[in-house]
Amino acid sequence: MRRERIIQREAPFTLYEIDLAGARNEELVEVKDALDLGLSLEEMRAVRDYFLLLERRATDVELQTIDQTWSEHCFHKTFKGLIETPEGVVDGLLRTYIRRVAEDLRPEWCFSLFEDNAGIVDFDGVHGIAIKVETHNHPSAIEPFGGAATGTGGVIRDVLGVWADPIACTDVLCFGPLDTRFEDLPPGMKHPRFLYSGVVAGIGSYGNNMGIPTVNGAIYFDEGYIGNIVVYCGCIGVLPKDRYIRNVRAGDVIVLAGGRTGRDGIHGVTFASAELTEESEEVSRPAVQIPNPVEEEKLKRAIIQIRDEGLGSGITDLGGGGLSSAVGETAHRYGLGAEVKLGVVPLKGLGLAPWEIWVSESQERMLLAIPLERLDRAMEIFEEEDVEATSIGQYTESHRLRVFFAGYMVMDIDLDLLFTPPKVHRRAKWTPPMLQEPRFEMPRDLTPTLLRLLASPNIASKESVVRTYDHEVQGRTAVKPFQGEYSGPNDAAVLKPLPDSWRGIVISCGMNPRYSKIDPYWMAASAIDEAVRNNVAVGGRRLALLDNFTWGNPEKPDRLGGLERAARACYEIASTFETPFVSGKDSLYNESPLGPVTPTLLITALGIIPDIRQAVTLDLKAPGDLLYLLGETYPELGGSEYYTLNGFLGLSVPKVDAAGARETFTFLNEAMDRGLIRACHDLSEGGLAVAASEMAFSGGLGLEIDLGAIKSSSPMRDDLILFSESNSRLLVEVSPEKSREFEELMRGVVFSKVGQVMREQRLLIQGDSGRLVVDASLSDLLETWKGTLR
Amino acid sequence: MVLRRSEIKVLIPRVGGTNCDRETSIAFRDLGVGTEVVHTRRVIREESLLDYDILVFPGGFSYGDYIRSGAIWAKEVETHLLDDLTRFVDEGHPVLGICNGFPLLVEIGLLPGFEGRSTYPEAALATNSSNVFECRWVHLRNVNRGNCPFTRLIPRDALVRMPVAHGEGRFVFPKEKEEEYLQRLYEKDQLVLRYAKPDGSFAEEEYPHNPNGSFHDIAAICNPEGNVFGLMPHPERAYYGWHLPDWTRMAKPSAYGDGRTIFEAVVEYVERRF
Repeated sequence: MRRERIIQREAPFTLYEIDLAGARNEELVEVKDALDLGLSLEEMRAVRDYFLLLERRATDVELQTIDQTWSEHCFHKTFKGLIETPEGVVDGLLRTYIRRVAEDLRPEWCFSLFEDNAGIVDFDGVHGIAIKVETHNHPSAIEPFGGAATGTGGVIRDVLGVWADPIACTDVLCFGPLDTRFEDLPPGMKHPRFLYSGVVAGIGSYGNNMGIPTVNGAIYFDEGYIGNIVVYCGCIGVLPKDRYIRNVRAGDVIVLAGGRTGRDGIHGVTFASAELTEESEEVSRPAVQIPNPVEEEKLKRAIIQIRDEGLGSGITDLGGGGLSSAVGETAHRYGLGAEVKLGVVPLKGLGLAPWEIWVSESQERMLLAIPLERLDRAMEIFEEEDVEATSIGQYTESHRLRVFFAGYMVMDIDLDLLFTPPKVHRRAKWTPPMLQEPRFEMPRDLTPTLLRLLASPNIASKESVVRTYDHEVQGRTAVKPFQGEYSGPNDAAVLKPLPDSWRGIVISCGMNPRYSKIDPYWMAASAIDEAVRNNVAVGGRRLALLDNFTWGNPEKPDRLGGLERAARACYEIASTFETPFVSGKDSLYNESPLGPVTPTLLITALGIIPDIRQAVTLDLKAPGDLLYLLGETYPELGGSEYYTLNGFLGLSVPKVDAAGARETFTFLNEAMDRGLIRACHDLSEGGLAVAASEMAFSGGLGLEIDLGAIKSSSPMRDDLILFSESNSRLLVEVSPEKSREFEELMRGVVFSKVGQVMREQRLLIQGDSGRLVVDASLSDLLETWKGTLR
Repeated sequence: MVLRRSEIKVLIPRVGGTNCDRETSIAFRDLGVGTEVVHTRRVIREESLLDYDILVFPGGFSYGDYIRSGAIWAKEVETHLLDDLTRFVDEGHPVLGICNGFPLLVEIGLLPGFEGRSTYPEAALATNSSNVFECRWVHLRNVNRGNCPFTRLIPRDALVRMPVAHGEGRFVFPKEKEEEYLQRLYEKDQLVLRYAKPDGSFAEEEYPHNPNGSFHDIAAICNPEGNVFGLMPHPERAYYGWHLPDWTRMAKPSAYGDGRTIFEAVVEYVERRF
């Protein structure tokens, strides 16, 4: 007869003990399934061996804790694991590629990298800027409003979790095409339009309610997101550097503050580390949390007050894994242990088992460490702000995590075990897809093509979405998502964080998911280049980057092979740009019955502008001014909007000459500082034609362009020049009086004088042969661009 | 006796969900007056309302704006602070409600306040006709004939620009009393700012010039005495020149935006009057 493995213990509450002694593989799997754990068999064996050493049974609280801590979501096993590639072994993608940029460069302005809830960079010597970007893909696929709102709420707490005051949010969203036919959706899958409206409403609701402006973002549509939507939420905060306090000592009280704990958000991290299936709606609904932004607004006030009075010794947010992660990680970070009494945790309802309280991911909660002598004052502040706060235990000298409930010890685990999961070994092999360059006739008139491009969902104005986000609350936004009367698309946001300083920060992003279908390396390189040039386009410099990967199942070698290539590009390109990564987050296992998600890398760039009054926007400023194109144009249209419009993918994915690009960007910074640049806009989806249109209609001024003047690597067809998506290119407007100084300054980099601003509100583009290939009125261009998502 | 500017004290009360107190305070301080942002509970506990010269209910989502925007906060103020508030208003002190503060003043009954404070709301700031939150710059035309001290520095019929950012900002009267109430607003010169087109003509409820579908393009009104003023747009976000949505187009951007005139006017009013 088989041995009973899961035994209910005599207790006035629900507590199970699990007897793992001598358990064989299939029994370990049975236990794992019965408790709904996400652990692998190898990890279950490691757990069994640990309890064998202790000569006792495990409790459900202990197994759940290990499960949460070792999840992909919390521990990033893949990014820390050993990866075998055909070219050799990579010992940790994070260490080898992402963190190494900063380790090589050692920039003295990087204050805290990858070790805390958010990255922190120096702002003005006294203040730091904290930044974090998170993914919330799985919950948003099940419950778009709640999933996206709690994604925003979560990343705001990450910033609070480094004692920073949140001053801006970002959001980047990916959906299936809005005109996807219902028949094409697998069972259980929600329609892109439903997800789109829910996610947008959720993001807006949280940021607006909390009074944090949403200042930058993007929306991207691709078939690869029908089964797996992508929701990135970012937050930026400001803190006095001397208030970044992390010196928790044994005896410090563990205070849980904010919302109550309930059954919402149980096993969120396990869910986040699994694939989406037809049953996800049914099975994983409890994993989605419920948002209440006003609770977090109060919590924010209390925390900033506690920070300013210097009352806390440590802080962290409650996110994935709930209390189990927050208490465990902080104790481990400070080389301490912790004892917690779960019975005092304020609950939303009755009847929660200890393990549920311990792992619940209910929203709007923060964990603070407060020395005993300062506890009363801290509690007073919480009360003033109408925030519930409870002392739930204390940090101890031992390296153990001990949890009590109703007088019973329900957990007693060594923290070193908890934070040394078995290292994962994975195999990676990327095979280049079989693709070729399309052959097709060039249309005689490219005006209709340009209009169709402006109307394509990835290029069209997102105004109907972005205006539902408050982008000006707090009164710090100097360059907004939209420019002026015509609501042109600014390349980056500029904020003025401090009332008494003109120094500003610049926030931009870059993302080119479609390129990953050709080569994830150049996809990643392009995303970095785009984020950087967007930032430089408004005047940003001294850039810090954030990486956010959304990928498929890393246990499949082809997915991991692509991921490894993309991560390698991050190292190589960012090193040359001298733009260190300061924070990041990955979301893996984005798979559905339709297959893996389109491999996606979001790069967020945070720059500095010495004086916000020097910021440059994209709108053309004055008739008679000259238009220059910076950078070289290549026949690179693989994955471009132009090819997509014609039903092709192609092979010629845009590459990045990072050293050359860096020169361009540095000289552009210099030109802006000298006041030579009146308008600047980056070239991205849709290439030169789209960028020129946007500059023209944003300024209400016409533009005459001569393609013959453009420096390209080899003779190119007019349509390819116009719609090429070659990286590292920008259009700049320079007044005729300043053109000589500008040209002299830019002598070291590739640039061409391509056109002139005119009063007549038309876009005229002359082809190589001298024939007019585009002739459109600005109002047609603007209306078309605004029409698609109105 | 003349009150010196540095002696003027502005009270900016807040509750959970209030979120425009900081920038409102920065605007007033730039004018050289003192400000205090205080939790409403503390104002109640310390009975301190009458220690101040100007009262400003700032924007935000007070108490999450569950029920209706500003409604819960209004009940709190009405229940605990009504006597002091009434006296404050009766003595002629200025009371300003920005965004969330506007529906609060309507819920309390101070606006429009045709016959003094009404015990039930005579108007409402309903959900935008677009059904979504709207964050955009609008043109506002000053239609006040001189009763409202808050817009004294804006010439009659002149346009000013400020941003709106709200989901519930559609000013409405009860349907059956619409015309009567509008008439009364005109009679007592309570109509202050109306949404307009860039050319100066009224928006005539055309979106997005009138961003929320407000009746008669109403963006701001005052009480018959003029000292209680509510507006949906955010003057504190149009305070500095670099707040403008197109300052980068200007050869020499001005140091300040139109929003400043509102704050400046109310400070001057207090300086002269008290």
